[in-house]
Amino acid sequence: MSVSYRKDMFWLAGLFIVLMLTPTILPNNYYLTIMILGCLHAMIAVGLCLLVGHAGQISLGHAGFYGLAAYTSAYLSTTWGLPVELSMLAGVVLTVVVSILVGMPSLKLKGHYLAMATLGFGIILSILFTETVDITGGPSGFVGIPRLSLAGFELHRDVDIFRVVAILLCLLVWLCFNVLHSRMGRALRALHTSDQAAQAMGIDVARHKLFVFVLSAGFAGLAGVLYAHYLTFIAPASFGFMFSVELMVMVVLGGMVSVPGAIIGAFFITILPELLRAFEDIEIILFGLILVVCMIFLPDGLAGGSARLWAWVKTKLALGCSRG
Amino acid sequence: MGNPIFSCEHIGVRFGGVQALSEVSFAAQQGAITSIIGPNGAGKTTFLNVISGMVTQDQGTLFFNNQDISQTKAHERAALGMLRTFQNLEIFSNMTVLENVAVGCHGRFTLPLWHNVLRTPSSRRLENLVHDQALAALDFVGMSTAASSLAKDLAFGQQRLLELARALAAKPRLLLLDEPAAGLNIAETKFLAELIMRIRDSYDLSVILVEHDMDLVMGISDAIMVLSFGQTISHGTPVQVQKDPRVIAAYLGTDD
Repeated sequence: MSVSYRKDMFWLAGLFIVLMLTPTILPNNYYLTIMILGCLHAMIAVGLCLLVGHAGQISLGHAGFYGLAAYTSAYLSTTWGLPVELSMLAGVVLTVVVSILVGMPSLKLKGHYLAMATLGFGIILSILFTETVDITGGPSGFVGIPRLSLAGFELHRDVDIFRVVAILLCLLVWLCFNVLHSRMGRALRALHTSDQAAQAMGIDVARHKLFVFVLSAGFAGLAGVLYAHYLTFIAPASFGFMFSVELMVMVVLGGMVSVPGAIIGAFFITILPELLRAFEDIEIILFGLILVVCMIFLPDGLAGGSARLWAWVKTKLALGCSRG
Repeated sequence: MGNPIFSCEHIGVRFGGVQALSEVSFAAQQGAITSIIGPNGAGKTTFLNVISGMVTQDQGTLFFNNQDISQTKAHERAALGMLRTFQNLEIFSNMTVLENVAVGCHGRFTLPLWHNVLRTPSSRRLENLVHDQALAALDFVGMSTAASSLAKDLAFGQQRLLELARALAAKPRLLLLDEPAAGLNIAETKFLAELIMRIRDSYDLSVILVEHDMDLVMGISDAIMVLSFGQTISHGTPVQVQKDPRVIAAYLGTDD
């Protein structure tokens, strides 16, 4: 058991080093923006990987949590003039509280019904963002949000924001690995396959489901407040139903149960549309096509696919060595 | 025999228009193997579900170790030391055999949530302990060589043993077995009978057994209760029950 934990820690160290080196090889701020968004999406995706992949609870409402945190922090810091750090904290805390209130009744539902309930919640929030024009600015968005600052220092350069976001992502990934390698992770996997057997083994199923739901909502909340104070402008379109689906696609593409997979999936889904910009009209068609091809040829996701590729390369190498 | 480890009085369960159980009273003695038999649809599994807390009774009270557990939830009963297996296997198919058994240890230990999230030394210590306990339970049923295989890759008989090992890892005081011999061949059933006796003796626990295989039941039970259409029609030692005309009538029908 501890062997695979060490493996995951190596992976995390690798992720950290790659992320820290990224700004030096990127030619301009445009790429950095995409990498920051990729990190934010990865934060939500790793939480969803625990919730959906391991515990088997489907949520289509995480864009709502993301938006709720973003709007809360934007409102508190801009309209009320609270310090950015404090309003960010308030944004995450409110998201956690709301996720507890939403989770307690809806996690009693199973499978598709839970997906429907969280979908409904996400849509309600998205309507609220659009219609409460006095608070959110409505469809035209919320402008003039202060930039991210830490301990009184405003982070002017995108590179600094990227570093903060990347470090936070690594921290969340570490927490995910810890949970997965503990009795808690085992309990989540158990209740995924059999609610009844999990109960019979002394697992408080309701409590564990709520924990992982709130944890993933909290991750989405953290990503949301960072998003608001990075872009300094937010609009309801970013937090709609389609974004919830996109988040699910990231996790599924990553192979459902793999945390590294979810991160790769998040960056893939964030970067791909930018690469396809050149094709203009057929961009969305190509995007869909690539996803379909991925799902057909990589049924266990990018993580499983790359593991198989690696095994194939290793056997080829071994063959080559024995021949030579 | 001493005090009953488990007893219940006047249990009634109704599913819509069907009275699944009515006025069932029952006791399992400490250290004994107590069997529940009856024709198909007699309410045996429902009764076991009531005992383990999967189904809530409409009437009646249950006592475990002289403690009223009528309102205790299923997972809390497991933590008290009442562990069950399932008639239709409920193994965690995508987990390894060892992990399956480790889940069995869940109710035995408690650890505040943040220890798991931060992987504190106590969390790691507990993981090592769970690992050892799981291996020991797996070894007891003779399956330690399969520890790292996926549970779904096991043969059916092995999956039954795995369920048993998973329950044993919880160090139960009362083991509830729901048709453990269903689907097993004669040799496997014989091994199971010996294993149940061996478990009772070395784990110092009591067993409640729901089973169709009469050879198994008559061979290892200390006491038997017979259910038919949700009611107790007989109880006593295997010999008494076998001679009871009401039992014979329930199984074979009466001629009139």
